[in-house]
Amino acid sequence: MPGLGASFGRGAATTFQRDLSNSDCILIMGSNMAEAHPVGFRWVLKARERGAKLIHVDPRFTRTSAMADVFTAIRAGSDLAFLGAVIHYILEHELYFHEYVLDYTNASTIINESYIDAEEQEGLFSGFDVKSGRYASEPGSWGYSASTEDPGQAETDATLSHPRCVFQILKRHFARYTPEAAAEICGCTASDIVRVAELLARNSGREHTSAIVYAVGWTQHSTGVQMIRAAGIIQLLLGNIGRPGGGIMAMRGHCSIQGSTDLPTLYDLLPSYLPHPNVAPEHATLRDYIENGRGFATSHNADSSGSWQDEAVAGYWSNLPAFIVSLLKAWYGDAARPENEFGYQWIPKNDGDHSQLVTFHRMYEGEVRGLFLIGQNPAAGAPNAALNRRALANLDWLVVRDWFEHESASFWYADPAVDDPKQIKTEVFFLPAASIPEKSGTFTNTDRLIQWHEKAIDPPGDCRSDLWFIYHLGLRLKELYRDSTLTRDDPIKFLTWEYGFDRPEMLPDGRITRISDEPDSAKVLKEINGRRISDGTLLKSFTECADDGSTACGAWTYSGVFPDEDNNRARSRDSTIVGSTTYPNWGYSWPANRRVMYNRASADPDGRPWSERKKLIWWDATAKKWTGNDVPDFEADKPPSYVPAAGATGMDAIAGNKPFIMHADGAGHLFAPYGIKDGPLPTHYEPRESVVSNSLHQTQTNPTLRVSEADINQLAEETDPEFPVVATTYRLTEHYLSGPMSRFNSWLNELQPEMFVELGPELAAERGIEHRGWMIVTTKRAEIEARAMVTRRIRPLMVHGRVVHQIGLPIHWGYAGETVGSIANDLTPMLMGLNVSMHEAKTFTCNVRTGRLRSKPARAIPVAQRPDSGPVPETPGFAQPEGRLDRAGLQRKK
Amino acid sequence: MGILSDLLYPFRRPAPPAPRTATGFFTDTTLCIGCKACEVACKQWNQLPSDGFTFTGDSYDNTGTLSATTWRHVTFAEQFPSSDAQPPEPSITPSGSLDIQALLAQAQSGRWLMMSDVCKHCSTAPCEIACPTGALIVNEFANVYLQNDICNGCGYCVAACPFGVITRSEIDGHAHKCTLCFDRQRDDMIPACAKACPTGSIQFGSIEELRERARKRVEELMARGVTDAYLYGDAPSASYSTLGAFFLLLDDPSRYGLPGNPARPQLSLAADWLRTAVGAIISVAIVLAVLLTHAV
Repeated sequence: MPGLGASFGRGAATTFQRDLSNSDCILIMGSNMAEAHPVGFRWVLKARERGAKLIHVDPRFTRTSAMADVFTAIRAGSDLAFLGAVIHYILEHELYFHEYVLDYTNASTIINESYIDAEEQEGLFSGFDVKSGRYASEPGSWGYSASTEDPGQAETDATLSHPRCVFQILKRHFARYTPEAAAEICGCTASDIVRVAELLARNSGREHTSAIVYAVGWTQHSTGVQMIRAAGIIQLLLGNIGRPGGGIMAMRGHCSIQGSTDLPTLYDLLPSYLPHPNVAPEHATLRDYIENGRGFATSHNADSSGSWQDEAVAGYWSNLPAFIVSLLKAWYGDAARPENEFGYQWIPKNDGDHSQLVTFHRMYEGEVRGLFLIGQNPAAGAPNAALNRRALANLDWLVVRDWFEHESASFWYADPAVDDPKQIKTEVFFLPAASIPEKSGTFTNTDRLIQWHEKAIDPPGDCRSDLWFIYHLGLRLKELYRDSTLTRDDPIKFLTWEYGFDRPEMLPDGRITRISDEPDSAKVLKEINGRRISDGTLLKSFTECADDGSTACGAWTYSGVFPDEDNNRARSRDSTIVGSTTYPNWGYSWPANRRVMYNRASADPDGRPWSERKKLIWWDATAKKWTGNDVPDFEADKPPSYVPAAGATGMDAIAGNKPFIMHADGAGHLFAPYGIKDGPLPTHYEPRESVVSNSLHQTQTNPTLRVSEADINQLAEETDPEFPVVATTYRLTEHYLSGPMSRFNSWLNELQPEMFVELGPELAAERGIEHRGWMIVTTKRAEIEARAMVTRRIRPLMVHGRVVHQIGLPIHWGYAGETVGSIANDLTPMLMGLNVSMHEAKTFTCNVRTGRLRSKPARAIPVAQRPDSGPVPETPGFAQPEGRLDRAGLQRKK
Repeated sequence: MGILSDLLYPFRRPAPPAPRTATGFFTDTTLCIGCKACEVACKQWNQLPSDGFTFTGDSYDNTGTLSATTWRHVTFAEQFPSSDAQPPEPSITPSGSLDIQALLAQAQSGRWLMMSDVCKHCSTAPCEIACPTGALIVNEFANVYLQNDICNGCGYCVAACPFGVITRSEIDGHAHKCTLCFDRQRDDMIPACAKACPTGSIQFGSIEELRERARKRVEELMARGVTDAYLYGDAPSASYSTLGAFFLLLDDPSRYGLPGNPARPQLSLAADWLRTAVGAIISVAIVLAVLLTHAV
């Protein structure tokens, strides 16, 4: 999540969901929170009940819009124009929080003379290399201008009037994003934008705070990272970060997806946001890695200069040596020694992009032989799902672990496009997985909250936890390479891998588990938490991590979650509230159990709360420490008046009035000198498939965009008259993702039984499409059929003087399951943004017509008979609930 | 003695359980987000089968109606003006003098009403009165409870309910409906639907407390400018009793699939008796006329 990381320092939601109830105004954009996160939405409603204004900006009127005070419909993919206009309006009318902006952001910092803004170059920032399609050629032009007095410090202008200071650059950059110009792009009215800007601004400041909520409705765009950056700029300008009821709430799309970013399933990160080493000379040895580390990995170019270098010197990332050495000690144990760089060379170096979409493209090209699919369903859930299915068919072997035999496991026979399963060469192994109550472990959800869940029962039959599978796979690999003398096998030989239970695992009912070889997930969490090598005691906090090999820590951000052998803080369930909404002893929130990150900003530069109403932490002058209702995200005894000496390094270089301690300058980044690969400031580009041309500059789409050039990944050119309709994809409350967990459950299937397309009555009338009838959606890539849901919740928009129709497609159906239907992702294109290789399923162009496709439809698999449980024990037959009657031979019909 | 006791057993009645605090549901539709968690929680707890997979196209409502196998049902009503009927543009003035209230007033061009429907657990329940077997009773929580093992499947309750709550199951032929989670209440647990509701739209508790809370809620909403908020089933009407499961609505009851003015079926009994009497007199007259004609 570089959008948040580049703005504030850490790539995670800055606050927690319950804190939304403290907000005075909540903007939900790029999220359908009421439908996708209905449980967390209660806090939004709580805020509304307390008088907060609720705003929803979305292409469709959804169940979230139904709850909002303000709903504005915009064209899918025009979010940056909208947000840019909000920023423009805030700057134009001086609605920003002046003190906050001056002290807590880099507004006053002066940028290098060589920097050229996208506004001066038709949408391209300085440093763009046309050949590679990346920002690479010009050295560090996005960086800070070094001070003449102290070359280690950046030049600043506290009057904010220097033409090259961030504040002035920001003003110039967004000068053309007037509400009127943006309204033309978005298809709303200028007053729609003014309304949102006014509500946000009026509900921010000393006495008030506003929050912004987003989800994959922002991230799944070619400019997704920049949309989040724009939200960061708004929240920094309005002074809403680090304060109760403020912040940016990144609603995550999957269970524990925050956890799988923290302990990443990402190819370019090691646990806790340490960069994965590259083949570049900057990462050649552990010493190089420590010197260049994170800054290098997040820099937009591989150049030798730039502000990214400061991270190794000042701010919290100066602790990188302690974190990487402790990680290596956790992984390789005694084998990790100073003389072998603690095993640094055993980590394979990254030689390019190995993200999901790139890997599947390579698979499609036949370059990948085998694949483990654990809890994922790309055959229906990934962009251009048809391409993904063809890619799976190019594998030699495929291992799928899941609850049900979903599309990716059954593609070789159940995909209607497959005529003869014998033609598919892939050997598919389907391994049944245990479900959540059948295993213990943690979830780390949206709020960075690590929550333990207990195993309640043994999984049935051969179902096993994913941890069991990985553990035993590791054991077998270690056995395989035990006697190897090859150096390349050392990473497996020396890997620490002792997770078995010390004594038989007990179930809650007192019985001993049937699965005797299940590993102990608490041992894994302890390894993540970290230990002191000398005496084996668990670390109390990541501040104890050392760079000399005396500590082992699997993920520094999580350190403190397991401080004593029998104190698993993720298990703690004390719901006592401190202050207004913080519940410090429910689970464990990384880092260091902080609930609101950057909360130093909840106090003014002198350490006093901005207001009584919005106080969170403050400086206690008598006790000489930070105190309050949350764990301070600041050195506890650093006074607000602290000024670093010249040449100070590490945390000593962070002044007492700088809340964003992860950044070398301690400031929130309005302008991102590094960390973002497609520009230091958000710029509106049209989606790759768009019905209009970019009216702001000649660069139509994000210039760093990469597109899969597979023959079945054709893209419509801009304003292609064959594809005049804007399409977006979305989720319903009733189903989950592509349906591998929900379309096998009759109680959910009956609530949303069939694939449909939402469209407005105007478009339906134009094309002769009837409500509830069949319709066909065509893109440059595929055609699918679905039922038509004609509704006024979808409105035609006026974009650049012409009417633009939008349609919405739920992503939940496929050819496996109890209910089946067309796969919306067969329509979406496979293309990737440069920052996080994210696709653009949230907007593409299509055409619609009435009718059905000729191809043979998928067959439903009656897999689940609900209710499937037996009679209630010790209860007479007449008192059994109806569903548990013997229904043999009885046919039910509606 | 043994035989006599066995023979008399069916006629024995143990003492009914002592009444406990009367309970009910208050469903606040202003908080309903239409997530249907109540429907799923109800089906799961009560182990009710799915009703089949039918796409109705009726907004997001694919459940249709309450029935013997669906005891919670979320209704959806889309209310949007046609697109060409948009309000005119306000002119933009700089911040400060901007009339934010005017801007806010035009912020929502339509609404999407959602409501979780359920058995009303009427204070005077026509179903209970109509039931000839005693299967329908008022239990110790003052909830209307259907003992499906005693039900003989006559269907009188189906006809008696003015809300269309009860139907007979095609699986076993008995009538079934919401038990207000009688089993959970006896174990001091709240009903599954209320437990699952993420936003507090479905509130369970002492009916007296709920009524008080609901009236306060309406006042609050009024003060906030939601002037169309009102309670449905909170007070008795001329034709019907209060409801043990009552609702806060924002529009005409019919928009939520509720009868605007529910009536006790007994109200039509007088006319029925009259019609029966008139019919009888006419029949007797005809018979007499025939007899007399033949006698002549």
